[in-house]
Amino acid sequence: MDQIAIHARASYPKALATLIRLLGDITVAEDALQEALTRAVETWPRDGIPDNPVAWLVTTGRRRAIDGHRRRAVEARHSQRVAAAAPENPEDVVLEDALTLHLRDDLLRLLFTCCHPALAEEAQIALTLKTVAGLSVEEIARAFLVSPQAMERRLSRVKRKISEARIPYEVPRAAVLAERLQAVCAVVYLIFNEGYSASGHEQLIRVELCDEAIRLARLLGRLFRDEPEVWGLLSLLLLQHSRYRARLDGDSEIVLLDSQDRSLWDQRLMVEGRFLVEKALRMKRPGPYQVQAAIAAVHSEAERPDETDWVQIAELYGVLERYQPTPVVTLNRAVAVAKARGAAAGLVLLETLEGSADIGRYHHFYAAKAALLVEVGRVAEAAGCFETALGLTRNPSERRFIEHKLADLR
Amino acid sequence: MLYTMLIYAAEETIESYTPEQREQCLMGHRHLQQKTKDKKTFVAAGELMSTTSATTVRVREGKPSVVDGPFAETKEHLVGFYIFDCEDLDQALEYAKEIPHADAGSVEVRPMPHLEAVATA
Repeated sequence: MDQIAIHARASYPKALATLIRLLGDITVAEDALQEALTRAVETWPRDGIPDNPVAWLVTTGRRRAIDGHRRRAVEARHSQRVAAAAPENPEDVVLEDALTLHLRDDLLRLLFTCCHPALAEEAQIALTLKTVAGLSVEEIARAFLVSPQAMERRLSRVKRKISEARIPYEVPRAAVLAERLQAVCAVVYLIFNEGYSASGHEQLIRVELCDEAIRLARLLGRLFRDEPEVWGLLSLLLLQHSRYRARLDGDSEIVLLDSQDRSLWDQRLMVEGRFLVEKALRMKRPGPYQVQAAIAAVHSEAERPDETDWVQIAELYGVLERYQPTPVVTLNRAVAVAKARGAAAGLVLLETLEGSADIGRYHHFYAAKAALLVEVGRVAEAAGCFETALGLTRNPSERRFIEHKLADLR
Repeated sequence: MLYTMLIYAAEETIESYTPEQREQCLMGHRHLQQKTKDKKTFVAAGELMSTTSATTVRVREGKPSVVDGPFAETKEHLVGFYIFDCEDLDQALEYAKEIPHADAGSVEVRPMPHLEAVATA
């Protein structure tokens, strides 16, 4: 990327966030910013990059929106808002200092609006990537394996809901801020997982989502310096992403943690991830992201799988279970307990999950149980569990893995 | 006795009306409203914005949940309604959570572009 593209990209979310406040509508603001960016590409190579590119884009975008509004009759609803935002003299430049003061709040407004609970999750994700991350419709469509037309429809539907239902463009009041910040973190984590869980030929195009999620988490960290869960989230993403090159084999199939070539783990990301989770934990307000990051950090410290501190990991899963009492967390705790204190102890925990509604369809549960049954010598029961697991998954590489285990038993 | 008339229709049909069909429909509403206003039987009427603008609120074990979209359960039936004049959706959602039936049933929140009403005794 050349300098101009880098500055334009870095300025996009802040400029858009402020333009939405000034112009009162996401679509109107997006169009105005697009025009300003076009103008930047024409004039910045000649005049140089302005000292404050965000201020330049906002001023230019707003002037363009107001001029455009004067030229054509815009829909009445928009025109009232644009007219209300128009200064006495439209040539007035927005005072840069005043603008900088508002930038942080505008970006927060945009984030909280995109992640409003009254919007569907997939809509929150798409809109956050479009506005806060500044991705194009084509890029988002490609990452979610849908056509650009379908993504365009999804985005216009969500923008329509925001304007029709009058979802506020505001930072939530203090009483609900923590809850709403959790929703923002959840969206960032979902974006990351979309990229992280991809395999096969999809993997190359979707991994960009991991980078976007990390960029968004860094942005959250700058906006909420005193929120340990935000740092926990960023740490978790960095630690998971550090294993990126070791996660897939030559055929782009997923390699489990135990079998990964640890020399491929990205040391730089691991060091940063561990530093951040320690920083977060020192704030003495633990939460689920910090605990998950701590688990990932303990894994990252083991140079070989048998050096893993399973006692600590089992304890951390016990803490995570208090925040997220779900069968999947208990399953992970049982596996860690089995590694720390033996298969029998793990099986006792797994049996507490027997009969729970969600776990019955979850093939990992039966595969994990079967592996523990093998260890304690209950081979016939183990075979039965592998059979059940096989009946619950269609994923070819997972099927091969289980079939392999079954063959070993016979 | 007050009676509530709840209107059910396919949104796609209404959205694909020709201008003539739309005008005919509006005339029908205006005619009925005028007639009942003259007879002093009119109380209130309003148009709901499309279900794409809907949000459904439930409270379970004291914890409110907010989801996108209209109410879509067939076992529950309409038992009442409120109309509030709110600043924005957040304020509307706060009131929705306080409606007693939200703790077992559901409250669908829909914006209303227009309300026609007369003061009643």
